[in-house]
Amino acid sequence: MPSYRPPRIVSSEITPEAIFLNRRTFLGAAAGSALLAGSGTGLAAALSAPKGKYTVDEDLTPEADVTSYNNFYEFGTGKGDPAANSGSFKPTPWTVKVDGLVGTPQEIGLEELLKFPIEERVYRMRCVEAWSMVIPWTGFQLSALIDKVEPLGSAKYVSFETVVRPSEMPGQSGFFQPLPWPYREGLRLDEARHPLTLLSVGVYGKTLPNQNGAPVRLVTPWKYGFKGIKSIVRISLTETQPPSTWNLSAPNEYGFYANVNPAVDHPRWSQATENRIGGGGFFGSNRRDTLPFNGYADEVASLYAGMDLRANY
Amino acid sequence: MPRLPSLPKRYHSTSVWALYGLGLLPAAYAFYLGATGRLPGNPVKEFEHLLGLWALRFLVATLAITPIRDLIGVNWLRYRRALGLLAFYYVLMHFLAYMLLDQRLNVQAIVADIARRPFITIGMAALAMLIPLALTSNTWSIRTLGQRWNKLHRLAYVIAAAGAVHFAMAVKVVGPEQMLYLGLVAVLLSWRFVRKPYLKRKRQAPGTSIRPAAGKA
Repeated sequence: MPSYRPPRIVSSEITPEAIFLNRRTFLGAAAGSALLAGSGTGLAAALSAPKGKYTVDEDLTPEADVTSYNNFYEFGTGKGDPAANSGSFKPTPWTVKVDGLVGTPQEIGLEELLKFPIEERVYRMRCVEAWSMVIPWTGFQLSALIDKVEPLGSAKYVSFETVVRPSEMPGQSGFFQPLPWPYREGLRLDEARHPLTLLSVGVYGKTLPNQNGAPVRLVTPWKYGFKGIKSIVRISLTETQPPSTWNLSAPNEYGFYANVNPAVDHPRWSQATENRIGGGGFFGSNRRDTLPFNGYADEVASLYAGMDLRANY
Repeated sequence: MPRLPSLPKRYHSTSVWALYGLGLLPAAYAFYLGATGRLPGNPVKEFEHLLGLWALRFLVATLAITPIRDLIGVNWLRYRRALGLLAFYYVLMHFLAYMLLDQRLNVQAIVADIARRPFITIGMAALAMLIPLALTSNTWSIRTLGQRWNKLHRLAYVIAAAGAVHFAMAVKVVGPEQMLYLGLVAVLLSWRFVRKPYLKRKRQAPGTSIRPAAGKA
């Protein structure tokens, strides 16, 4: 373990992404080669943060896999589609509307979000499709944001919404659209306030690439990956259980809770084991047993005490 | 009706062998990429899916030979056995990739999958049905079995339908690609119902020289 801790950078010192991405334009021009101009808006800016207490004693999934193999149906249904089709998405400027049963509803800009106590946390990520990764996220606890808006006593759930931008998100336009938009997700308020629940603004020490849910996304490591709603524009506190996209789309396959559970199979495949991504080639990726609550049972199992996890999958 | 220039007979057998070679290329290339760590993300799944997709393509191609002859008058019957066998090889590789690379020979998990998951049950049934067809895809079997060979090989219709359904059931959301294969198989199978009356009318119409297709391959 390296003892070096990267210094905390004040958010005002962080170069805006647009300028950061353009640096190659004038570097390239200075070198007399405009061809060097950066073309990918999916490139991310450096974002360092101190390491938090949550980590996993397993190999990290290579950054190339984390940023090129995932689901983000707004950019297409293939695993490579998000990386391939998110180039024209503009994650800045950005505001998140926080409303519903709160004392101080507000619109929070990305700059404000970056002022929350961000840290780096290494989490397991288990997709409902039976593959998994180990990912170093940068972000802050959702509880900090919830505290800031002063939830009312009647608030029992938190609902999230992804941005709808058909012109920048090819999966949201055209003849075939796999899901109804906006993508929605929800948590019970106690789940949302759990210390593990992260609002992520970065991965691998950089701001989130577009394909991973720029500029801000949810990470709930004990739940299947689809709960980790991306490119969030709205967070509402509600009294009743909010709708969630996959649950609406196939209620017998995807529950509201979606806690990782090796004992409850998806109707079409087993959830007992998972394929850990990364390691290269047929013989590198390995199948391992899936852990209850994705290995976070000690932290979160008490949230579900007395509940039938077979019925509440 | 304009005719395509036909391939000289002396190249027929070479072209069939070329089809086997070309047909196996996607699997060989993907295996090379996967074994050397060049398939991105989830290499085993990528390989598995590629094999399944090519199996489906060859099944569709096999079923397309008859309508192409009926409608365009191009006779590619000499390629049908190769296409059918390629489909079988791809389905077999698809299953082997699942069994060896994906499930790592975890027999218990495989048996549970086949028994409990309808899309895997359907896929396995298709593989099982392909075995007798592959074993009888030779001239000796055709001679020996006679009409029974034709009857047996109608299983190809069931297999193609099973393949397209298996593909649609395997994904989270049925998208354009799954619809395409379901549609292709549906059209190719429907043709079997209308082709007899169609050919009869065509025969009766004056000035046409299309011969009715023989039943045997």
